[in-house]
Amino acid sequence: MEDKKKKLSMVVFSGDMDKLMAAFIIATGAAASDMDVTMFFTFWGLRAIKKPVNTGKGLFGKMLGFMYGGDIRKATPSKFAFWGMGRWMFRKMMAAKGVLSLVEFRQLALDLGIKFYPCSMSMDVLEIRDEDFIEEAQPSVGVGFFIAEALESQITLFI
Amino acid sequence: MAEDIKVDLELNLKGMLCPMPMVKVSQNIKNVPVGGIIKATATDPGSLADIPSWAKSTGNEVIKTEKVEKDLIFYIKRVK
Repeated sequence: MEDKKKKLSMVVFSGDMDKLMAAFIIATGAAASDMDVTMFFTFWGLRAIKKPVNTGKGLFGKMLGFMYGGDIRKATPSKFAFWGMGRWMFRKMMAAKGVLSLVEFRQLALDLGIKFYPCSMSMDVLEIRDEDFIEEAQPSVGVGFFIAEALESQITLFI
Repeated sequence: MAEDIKVDLELNLKGMLCPMPMVKVSQNIKNVPVGGIIKATATDPGSLADIPSWAKSTGNEVIKTEKVEKDLIFYIKRVK
């Protein structure tokens, strides 16, 4: 008899490098601890599951796609960003200590069976389409889906 | 003392940082039979708390922990 797995549901709102690190560390740690893990990516967090493509339909959307473009590798730390210098410095420091990069963490999360859901409302606002996400991402969902998942979860987090 | 324990699988987790030691243990626990023992050697001080906590969450058991210089050695028994 297999008892039902415990569950972690997480909202990833931030697109900052350091906060994404925390999100992926907790998510992979939970998956390793035999939990079902779902991550809901919304707003700035959407870039973490995007392909490195230009997004946007209208002028503002295209501007946003240009200013906040690229993929997870473009994430900068929430402090000491310095137009990319901080990202470079943190990457060096993390690599020297043997910490996984964000790309490696995201892959590890997928390997552990963690599900990535993009939020459809923020996709609409930021003008990001389904096909802009990595192949492994699930179809987009709304807050109702998150609430239903969260209700069944022992742990819920907002990062 | 340690010679008494029959080890089924040895894992070298030296140099790995959180959450990798517990991720590696969880990925490898399936490779030993129920009742089998993994000997895992880590250097991350956090694993001293993490590995027993992982065992508690997953229903497995750390039967012995050793500290040899900077090495933290865990004997982990697969319970289910």
